[in-house]
Amino acid sequence: MMYQEHILDLYKHPHNTGRLKGATHSHRGHNPLCGDDISIELIVDGEKRVKDVKFHGNGCALCIASASLITDAVKGKHIDTVLRLKKDDVLGMMKIPVSHVRLKCVLLPLEAVQKTIINSRGISSTE
Amino acid sequence: MKLTNDRAAELKEDFPIFRRKIHNQPLCYLDNAASTQKPQAVINAIKDFYEHSYANIHRGVYQLSQEATEQYEDAHDAVGKLIGAGENEIAFTRNATEAINLLSHTIKPLVEGSTILLTEMEHHANLVPWQQLAKKEGMKLSFIRMREDFTLDYGDAEQKLADDCAILSVSHISNALGTINDVKRLVGLAKKNGALAIVDAAQSAPHGAINVKEIGCDFMAFSGHKMLGPTGIGALYGRHELLEQMEPFQTGGDMISSVTYESAQWNDVPQKFEAGTPHIAGGIGLAKAAEYLQNIGPESISAWEKELLKHTLESISSALEKGDIRLFNPGHKHSAGILSLNLAGIHAHDLASLMDDMGICIRGGHHCAMPLMNKLGVAGTARASFYLYNTTDDADRFVAGLKKAKEMFN
Ligand SMILES: Cc1ncc(COP(=O)(O)O)c(C=O)c1O
Repeated sequence: MMYQEHILDLYKHPHNTGRLKGATHSHRGHNPLCGDDISIELIVDGEKRVKDVKFHGNGCALCIASASLITDAVKGKHIDTVLRLKKDDVLGMMKIPVSHVRLKCVLLPLEAVQKTIINSRGISSTE
Repeated sequence: MKLTNDRAAELKEDFPIFRRKIHNQPLCYLDNAASTQKPQAVINAIKDFYEHSYANIHRGVYQLSQEATEQYEDAHDAVGKLIGAGENEIAFTRNATEAINLLSHTIKPLVEGSTILLTEMEHHANLVPWQQLAKKEGMKLSFIRMREDFTLDYGDAEQKLADDCAILSVSHISNALGTINDVKRLVGLAKKNGALAIVDAAQSAPHGAINVKEIGCDFMAFSGHKMLGPTGIGALYGRHELLEQMEPFQTGGDMISSVTYESAQWNDVPQKFEAGTPHIAGGIGLAKAAEYLQNIGPESISAWEKELLKHTLESISSALEKGDIRLFNPGHKHSAGILSLNLAGIHAHDLASLMDDMGICIRGGHHCAMPLMNKLGVAGTARASFYLYNTTDDADRFVAGLKKAKEMFN
């Protein structure tokens, strides 16, 4: 069962939503095939740590739950640690079996977070 | 024969797949617009062919090859009969998509005018090939408008058909909305204006009585897998004199009558359009599917699916609040057995995954109609689509699934 209570809770009451004033990094992750569309904003401090993070956009329950968990997880972390996060880390946080066809929904937020750092030139967008 | 719940339940027994369970529940298959399940008769026809009559066609003088050739050629007639085609008016293709690509690559010399007219509700299969032709030949694309009620604006069609229209290509039934388009009227208007008229019958040939002569279209395309047949086989209907005039789509073996080092002469229709060794067993399986449909009666299939849709719409209106659901359907009078919808606050993929947990197969997504989804302002919809083996019990499970999803997500 993918739609367990904790996933539905995160979908109904997501963490870290909204916009960040003074964001240093941002990226829009968009999957036009399913409509998931998540923008991530970060403030990275002088020690390359994620001081704050927020997301906004639209997505399915799995995508929004994942965005909540990822943004929780990267807060306070060094950006090198953030870049080392992998698929299995996200699945571990989700604590549900994710069917193959829905993996993209779950991984989109992590990809978007990492791309904010990789394309740290500023506002960017890839699909 | 009229279809009823009892009869549909009986028919279900012809389909071995319904003996299996999905997540411990009986399979409730409501993704028939994407593809349909296969009756034992079709599976057996393919198996028998491989076990008893298999050989390549048109090449051997030995008995086995002759048997295979005969069965494959007869298959064209069986499929043609289902849509009222005449002799040598059916060419087998891989699917509806390939049939439309065949046309988009070959019909330019047959047309005058510079506009290719489609509708706003086309499947990508009846859109992208025409975009390519338009690019290559410097033609224009134009789209018959869809009205708020999800039906076509025929006044708009009339105007656009009169405006230098070379090719009209329209879906008979929208896979995303269920809307039944009045193709006879559109084709009539196209002919009056000297345009070639093509009908994408991927969603209609499987589900109701169709007669190409009555519709008056020049071409029609459909897929075997959506009508109880195997994958990898579909058909193009074309008026014989047009098929005669057209150049081939692909070239090579089987489609020639004679070849020198420098050039080649084309074989007769339909072989001219069937280059290389075709999907012989697929053609034979499709013919069996056509026979199965014919035995049940195409009219009774569409009537039953309409009844299922009506039943579903009624159950939905008593099970759910109006504000909790958005329907993308023109109402049962104008719709085939396809129902697209969204529940407020629930992504179509979540709904489809939740239904899967209950053993119900529905589709969530853009239904290969991205421009239409954009027009509707949604990323996608959840879609249930019926076929002859569905019962009101299937419809009720779907509605119960909607209700459960609503409760879980609220
Ligand atoms: C209206 C319509 N046209 C064309 C197609 C393409 O069919 P196929 O993928 O079998 O070529 C489909 C399939 O979904 C369809 O619904």
